[in-house]
Amino acid sequence: MHTEDPANVAGASTLTFAKVWIALLVMTAVEVFLAYEQLPVLLMLISFLGLSIVKAALIIAYFMHLKFERFSLFLTLFPMLVLCILLMFITMADSQRALHLRPPL
Amino acid sequence: MSQVNAAEATSVWSGGASPYAVDSKKFGMWLFIISDALTFSALLVAYTYVRLASPQWPTPFHFSPSIVFSSIMTFCLLSSSLTMVMAVHAMSHGNRPATVKWILATMAGGLAFVILHAMEWRNLIVHEHMSPFSNEWGEPLFGGTFFALTGLHMTHVIIGVIYLGIICFAVARGKFKAIDVEVSGLYWHFVDLVWMFIFPMVYLLSAKL
Repeated sequence: MHTEDPANVAGASTLTFAKVWIALLVMTAVEVFLAYEQLPVLLMLISFLGLSIVKAALIIAYFMHLKFERFSLFLTLFPMLVLCILLMFITMADSQRALHLRPPL
Repeated sequence: MSQVNAAEATSVWSGGASPYAVDSKKFGMWLFIISDALTFSALLVAYTYVRLASPQWPTPFHFSPSIVFSSIMTFCLLSSSLTMVMAVHAMSHGNRPATVKWILATMAGGLAFVILHAMEWRNLIVHEHMSPFSNEWGEPLFGGTFFALTGLHMTHVIIGVIYLGIICFAVARGKFKAIDVEVSGLYWHFVDLVWMFIFPMVYLLSAKL
């Protein structure tokens, strides 16, 4: 059978994908380990978020192939996604007000 | 005049060209993924909001079974992403039998995830007496946000397994092209990616120490 789409063959090798997979597993193990360390909540939140963003970036870049697409595709999709997600965090400050508005149980 | 036209024709933004040089199916899936990412972000932000607005957020996830199960589920999803990459790789080389095997392996990973997740839900409902509307910790919103978030994700995994099953069936019969497998792979990796946020933010941050 002929190669169906030669353009898609270009990209990372299967060895690279296996390395990315191992890196993702190691980061997950670090997360589980961190969950049982008595760290301050904020520090734990930041390390979890940081590790998750690195894992997401690895998945998007290698597994979802975005690293090997045109940069214009990335520019069209991701800056606005990140901006929209950051805008959602505007509501976070209000959660502290809501905490004090609760009626006593 | 003709020079201007030539310059317009070569610009990727001049229209009529493909500025991203990707198949329209793939671009469509990317647009869906971005909008779906916003849905999941909103649910995660809502979860974080009610958590911050609660004086005592419950931590019902015991090491065994909850954290052990969710860690194995993470392993299943990550491994199924790797087998999906291998399926796309095999299909781009025109190797249909290998593609079918890799997609079946991916579906097995997804099914294992769903089964483990259902068992984990059962544990929370039966042993921790937790429902979407009430629980024993006086934080009904915990159940509401937890089941909405993980339930929507589980729905995505189930749809993904069905989607991959259709692709696998068609590939085995000699239908569909490499791009169709690649597009289904994009969806599958996205489902994996969402779990990379739910697992630490929901499970690990509420682990019972």
